[in-house]
Parts: sequence; C-alpha cells; structure tokens
Amino acid sequence: MASTIRVRAQATGDSTDVQALVQHPMDSGFVKDSSGNLIPPHYIETIKFEHSGNVVLTADWGPAVSKDPYIKFSFKGGAKGDPLVVTWVDNQGKTDTLTTKLA
Amino acid sequence: MRRPFNDIPSTSRRGLLGLFALAGLAAVVQRAWASAPGWPEAAFQQKSVDDSIKQLYGKPFEKSDKITLDVPEIAENGAVVPVTVSSTLPNVTAISILVPDNPSALAASYKIADGTMPSVGCRLKMAKTSNVTAVVESDGKLYTTAKEVKVTLGGCGG
Amino acid sequence: MRFLGRVGVVAALVVLGGAAPAPGVDPAADQKAFAAFFKEKFPDVKPADFGNGPYAVNAAMRKQWEDIMQFPPYDFALDEGKTEFETKFANGKSYADCFANGGIGVRQDYPYFDTKTGQVVTLDLAINQCRTANGEKPLPYQTGKMASLTAYMAETSRDKPFDIKIPDDPRARAAFAEGERYFYTRRGQLNFSCASCHVQGAGQRLRGDILAPALGILAAFPIYRSDWGSMGTIDRRFTSCSAQMRSEPLPPQDPAYRSLEYFLSYMSNGIPITGPGTRP
Repeated sequence: MASTIRVRAQATGDSTDVQALVQHPMDSGFVKDSSGNLIPPHYIETIKFEHSGNVVLTADWGPAVSKDPYIKFSFKGGAKGDPLVVTWVDNQGKTDTLTTKLA
Repeated sequence: MRRPFNDIPSTSRRGLLGLFALAGLAAVVQRAWASAPGWPEAAFQQKSVDDSIKQLYGKPFEKSDKITLDVPEIAENGAVVPVTVSSTLPNVTAISILVPDNPSALAASYKIADGTMPSVGCRLKMAKTSNVTAVVESDGKLYTTAKEVKVTLGGCGG
Repeated sequence: MRFLGRVGVVAALVVLGGAAPAPGVDPAADQKAFAAFFKEKFPDVKPADFGNGPYAVNAAMRKQWEDIMQFPPYDFALDEGKTEFETKFANGKSYADCFANGGIGVRQDYPYFDTKTGQVVTLDLAINQCRTANGEKPLPYQTGKMASLTAYMAETSRDKPFDIKIPDDPRARAAFAEGERYFYTRRGQLNFSCASCHVQGAGQRLRGDILAPALGILAAFPIYRSDWGSMGTIDRRFTSCSAQMRSEPLPPQDPAYRSLEYFLSYMSNGIPITGPGTRP
C-alpha cells in the first residue's frame, strides 16, 4: 500500500529544505455530500518531522488546512543520506509514517 | 435564486462558502474520538484570534514588522490558499496562522525546534474574504502581523 | 461590416456568434488566424506559455500557481496512473501494446481522426478501446483511473508540442468544422459560446476567476482542480462547464465533445503539453 506521505528533502550544505505532501481528505465536517449528508470531520491533527532522531518540526493542524496538505520548512544541518521520519495522526485515530533519506 | 446545477457540490467554492455560513450556527464541532495527545483542542475551537491565542499560548501579543506574511491579494481558490510565514525575530519557537473569518480562527500551529528556520509554507482553506494573521513566538514573547486575502466565488457558478 | 485582417476574422466569428465560415474550408488558415489573434491580444505572453492558461495572462494568479507547483497536488494521481499503466491486463497484454512507442510520449498526437472508423479518437477513448480489445471493462470517464492514466501519459509528453493532424478526408474536415461550430455557437440559458469567455473574455475576470485564452487551453489536461479537490479530464471540464453555463451537458466522449477537443487541440498545434496541470 503506497504511503500517504511524499517528501522532498534536500540537504544543501549547511541546511536542509523539506517539502511534504500528504494524501488526506482534511474534511472539516461542515461539508455535505451529494446526498445531502454531512461528511464527518476527518483531518490530520498532528504531523511530526524527525531528523536523525531529533524532532525538527511539529505541526498541529485543524480542518482549515487544505485537502492533501502541504508543508515547507528548513532546518540547519543535515547531510545526504540522513534519515528523516514523518508521522501523522488524525482525529479518527488513523496514522501513517514514512522513513526516507535526505537527498 | 435558483441554484444552477453543480458539478461537485461538496467541494465547489459555492458549496464551501454556503456551508461555512451554515457552520456559523454550529459553534463547536462534536467529535466522537479523542484527539491526538498534545493536540491543542481548545485552541482549535475558538472563533476569535484573541481567544485562540489565549488558549494556545496564554500570553499577550504585539504587532511586529519583522514578520513576513506571503499571501495572495486575491485567492485563486478559497480551498487552497498558499501561505508562507517567515520572520527575522530571534529565537523563534512557534509560528501559528489564523483566519478570523473561518468558523474557527486557528488554522495551523507549528512548533519550531532549535535549529529549524523560522519559516513555514502551507496551504489553507478560507471560507471568505478575511485577514490572515500570523503569530510568532520569539524569546518567549508573541508578535503578530496580518494581511487581508480576498476570497470570492469562482466565475463559472461553481 | 468590414473587418481587417486575421484578427477581424476571429472577431467577426465571435460577434456573429455562430455564423461560422463554410465548414472545413481551411483548418490551417483558421489555426493561423486563431493563434495570431491571441498573440496580438497578449503580446507579452511567450507563445509556448499559452499552455498555462490563466497563469500566462495574470501575474498574481501565476505566483499562486508557481507556489502550488513546488509540490503539485496531482502527484498522487501521477503515481496511480503509472502503476495502472504498467499493470498487465488479465490476458497478459498491457496499455503499451495499444499505443505507438508503448504509449510513452504520445499524448500530443491526440485526438486523431481514425479514417477506418470515421471518428475522432481522443486519448481517453483510445484507452478504453485498448481495454475492451483486451477483454477488460472500460473505465468510467472524467475522474478516477481514467484521469490518473491520462495524467501519467500527459506527463511523459510534457513540453512536446501539440501535433494534431487533419487527414485529407472530408469526414475529418467535417469533424474539425463541427468542433469549430460548437466552439462559436451560443447556447443555453446564459447564451454564451465557448468563445464568449475564452476568446472575447480571455484574460478578464469572471468573478474570482481569470478566463484562460482558448489557445493552448487543453494543453494542461488532465488537471487537479482545487474546486474539485481531485483530478479531472477534458470530459469532466466540458460537461461541468456546459452545466455551469446552464446548457445541457452532453455525455462524456459525445461526438460533439470529441470534435470540440479535435478543433481546440488542432488550434493549439505548436503549443507544448503542460499536463498534468493544476487549476483553481
């Protein structure tokens, strides 16, 4: 089963640029489907980025984050091949994690 | 007014705006599940910027011109508004982004670890024309800036 | 009324709204006039950039698009499309067996006119012809796997210019003319033609949207449209636009839509494929 997490992490010498795209509906709970029923809220609450075991970023999200959420940030250090672990948990208790290497 | 036939009612801009308006009546979203540990539930339920910041940080805040808030003047689509917040303030430990005219003001909150740059890019939903407020925690103090983003219906009635 | 030059020809067609020239008279001349009209209307747009629709003609929209294109939301559909494309059918064959060059880098040649069957064949139709020829059920049009597959095939053709051919066959010229007539004909409750927005109104605002010029308008398909929150094919846009213009939407791959796609694609010959794409 393909991961819901896509990461582009580039070590550029003294820092690392990270972009991530996550496949997730981020349903707010306010929107109705074509039959007129409310689609229940289903959104990522927390997503965490760890570089070589250190948490570099934690994001707390609400339903106002767009569908298929995107994030972009940078941190000091990082070298090609270093591990980067991304984990999210949503309001329905679902979770996914991806381990990748810095490019 | 007769509603035109819509392709996809649930995620069309008309649907989004209409139903965000409806949501104004439902003050708190009832959830049947426990949130992820550490997720600031109360902060995400506030309607105003002031209350959200109070719940999230419990500290006063002041305006700062050392925060760069990159948002479009007119959103191409309220469902996907690219927002980038960066700051030249020292020792930034958190960045939060709020949209006061959304059903709940707090959109996203980022904990910036030691060694992480004070800059985040994201894509947010905006129900209608509203300010976007960025809050930056620097050396334990809170600073804010805001910019208006115009959001309107798409042209084709959808 | 007198109109001068190539700009006048197209302007006249728009104003008269449906009084098209004698069918299939000269597609090549129409294509030249069409391209010249838009180049004159948007002198600062590089010809190849017309494949980027509203982003070619509005800087503020372009910035948001470039921001989103840092990590395009169609990434997941692309992967799904590649996987589907490479998955063998039950009979051991695959999509590659149905297309020239194994289906890689061919999107810019679609639609084409099949002289054997006398019909316009779009990429979507060709995909389903491939499936049924190999004992598989056809895919529903507009969304899902069809959108993912065409996204992958478009990606393999990125930057290749449209190269649509009209064979020396009266039926092919008639299909082109049918598409041209559809494009310029006013219809529905709003009495708009495609040209009303995408020729006359190109570059202007329609509420929150910037109208894309018709030149190159199909180059970015299939698209992840923020409005849909998902991928959609040319069919999806044709049917939804018809409905939004308050005219009766035709079923996907209706001969009139295929002719319209044939016309629009031929008009865009030389414009590079920019798909899959994102739009508001």
